[in-house]
Amino acid sequence: MSTTLPRPGVAPATARHEVQGPRPALRPVSARGPIIVALGALLGAVVLGVSMGPADLSFSAALRVMASHLPFVHFHSGVSRIDADILWQIRLPRVVLGGLVGAMLAGGGAAYQGVFRNPLADPYLLGVAAGAGLGATAVIVAGPHMTELLPLAAFAGAVAAVSVTYVVGSTVGRQGATVSIVLAGVAVAALLTAIQTFLQQQHAQDLQAVYGWILGSLTVATWSEVVLILPYIAVSAVVLVAHRRLLDVLRVGEDEANSLGVRSSRVRITIVAAATLGTAAAVAVSGLIGFVGIIVPHTVRLTTNASYRVVLPVSMIGGAAFLILADIAARTVLSPSEIPIGVVTAFVGAPFFLFVLRSRRVGRST
Amino acid sequence: MNKRSRRMPSGICAGLALLVASCGSTSDNSAGAGAAGAGSFPTTISAANGQILIKARPRAIVSLSPTVTEMLYAIGAGSQVKAVDKYSDYPKSAPRTTLDDLQPNVEAIVAYRPDLVLVPGDSTGLTGRLKAFDIPVLSLPPAATLADAYRQYGELGQATGHVQAARTEEAHVKSQIDQIVAEAPKADAGQTYYYELDQTYFSATSSTFIGQVIGLLGLHNIADRAPSAADSGGYPQLSAEFIVQSNPDWIFLADTICCGQSAQTVAARPGWSAMTAVHNGHVVTLNDDIASRWGPRIVDLLQTVETALAKHRATT
Repeated sequence: MSTTLPRPGVAPATARHEVQGPRPALRPVSARGPIIVALGALLGAVVLGVSMGPADLSFSAALRVMASHLPFVHFHSGVSRIDADILWQIRLPRVVLGGLVGAMLAGGGAAYQGVFRNPLADPYLLGVAAGAGLGATAVIVAGPHMTELLPLAAFAGAVAAVSVTYVVGSTVGRQGATVSIVLAGVAVAALLTAIQTFLQQQHAQDLQAVYGWILGSLTVATWSEVVLILPYIAVSAVVLVAHRRLLDVLRVGEDEANSLGVRSSRVRITIVAAATLGTAAAVAVSGLIGFVGIIVPHTVRLTTNASYRVVLPVSMIGGAAFLILADIAARTVLSPSEIPIGVVTAFVGAPFFLFVLRSRRVGRST
Repeated sequence: MNKRSRRMPSGICAGLALLVASCGSTSDNSAGAGAAGAGSFPTTISAANGQILIKARPRAIVSLSPTVTEMLYAIGAGSQVKAVDKYSDYPKSAPRTTLDDLQPNVEAIVAYRPDLVLVPGDSTGLTGRLKAFDIPVLSLPPAATLADAYRQYGELGQATGHVQAARTEEAHVKSQIDQIVAEAPKADAGQTYYYELDQTYFSATSSTFIGQVIGLLGLHNIADRAPSAADSGGYPQLSAEFIVQSNPDWIFLADTICCGQSAQTVAARPGWSAMTAVHNGHVVTLNDDIASRWGPRIVDLLQTVETALAKHRATT
């Protein structure tokens, strides 16, 4: 019996580098429209996320509980202590954490796709998944007294893996080439996954814990996880959004970007560092939730046909909405049992993405 | 801690020797089947993996199941055990090795020159591979019911030449369980419990072996409301908000060793402190290893639960 990390960055490696379709002409689209639509979707997802769950609680009860937690407001919700705790301590942090993680994975995916000019790039491309997986597995097999260190170990593993990838990849290849960085990512991920698999097989009694972490979950989300990752995700989001126009410049190619006066290697390392920091934080508390980083940015791109100026912020908002909705399915479809959220994102997300891809093709041919 | 003595086999066996025809140690296989407590060889066992022929009384047993290891020592076959797997941590005297049932290394097993290999299942095809070496493999899969667990004493007794001791041990476990159930406070019947397998809220329904054992005390399992319980083999992952809203009277933690959980860690979980079980001190810690096995120590587990229930009744 063997389980390996899902390695979104590994399988299609040979066919992957520098894939470029015909570059669609960028329409001068206003960012406002798509952002308003995405914010509407996010608001809807939050309302649903707060009002739906295995525990039977009304939306008005949810509103009253939230109102009672507003600062300087002395308001008694009239909801029982247990129900209030369920909403405030269990359900709400889960919605918020799902939103943060979804925003980060989708934003990170969009940024990586821009930097590496590769439609298959996702936030796990340079070894985040393998590094975090190794860190988490090492802590799980080390025993119960180490449990609190799990997020830290996953975070450290992810950051270390990407650092090694970047340093090795940018020194062995042609100056400024992204191919060697992507290939270094494949090698680093393979190496770390091998070590992770070895550790896991040596401690078969922990198989379920390791596997559960790898599949990704928001099951035990609390406010402390939210507080833990918020700074990283905020910094990462600000840096990525600030670089959205430069991503458009990189899109025309390394040499062209350089000739336009953009120092592409410096832009690239800044974006990769920001995306890695945020993704590592997200992965540290939620495990490896797949597909979000690929399907959300592409869906945004296909429906708006816009530049990164639009794609990046809309992907973040849309990713938050998508993961909140996926988590609703994870906790209600088989209620009171849970479904791993990674299963939901793939099961719902992949067909939806194919649908968008198809309608887009039909739309173009006419 | 435990008012009932459990490690009985040799003592009881000696005591019974006057009553029963023979008991244990003789290696004389002359008499007809079943007449001698040592059993007779060759013998064929109807096991989970088919009809298994054992030609002679085994003298080098390899056990790849912690539960089976416990059962072997309980029926007095410990001296015939050559090697046990790395998870067989009880009794301490068992010859623990690095063997691992989940990834059995045929060469490593054969190196012990076993004349009987005991496994908790044959998903890896060990039976077929050891056939080439003429080594019989007996599969004793995880018990789905108490009756399954009891039957395995008989199979092991027949396979190892301890028929009578196995019968005695089986009867002893049965009578201890019956006694605990009889003593359990009836007033608490109808109370609910949540059984925790790990800190991500995996649980066990009352259709599982452990669920049936705890169900003997008349408690209702909140995980039974999970519609997917059957699909997940009776081990669904529950939502935290469902557990809290169900507000069970009791919380049983079978993740104390694996995951370091305790009454304190449960009370510290956000949203859990208002629960009745937490408030009343009804968070009962169990030994994960015992709770995941179906051997003789299941009596200890049931006793722990019953003691908690009785203590509660005494204080109310």
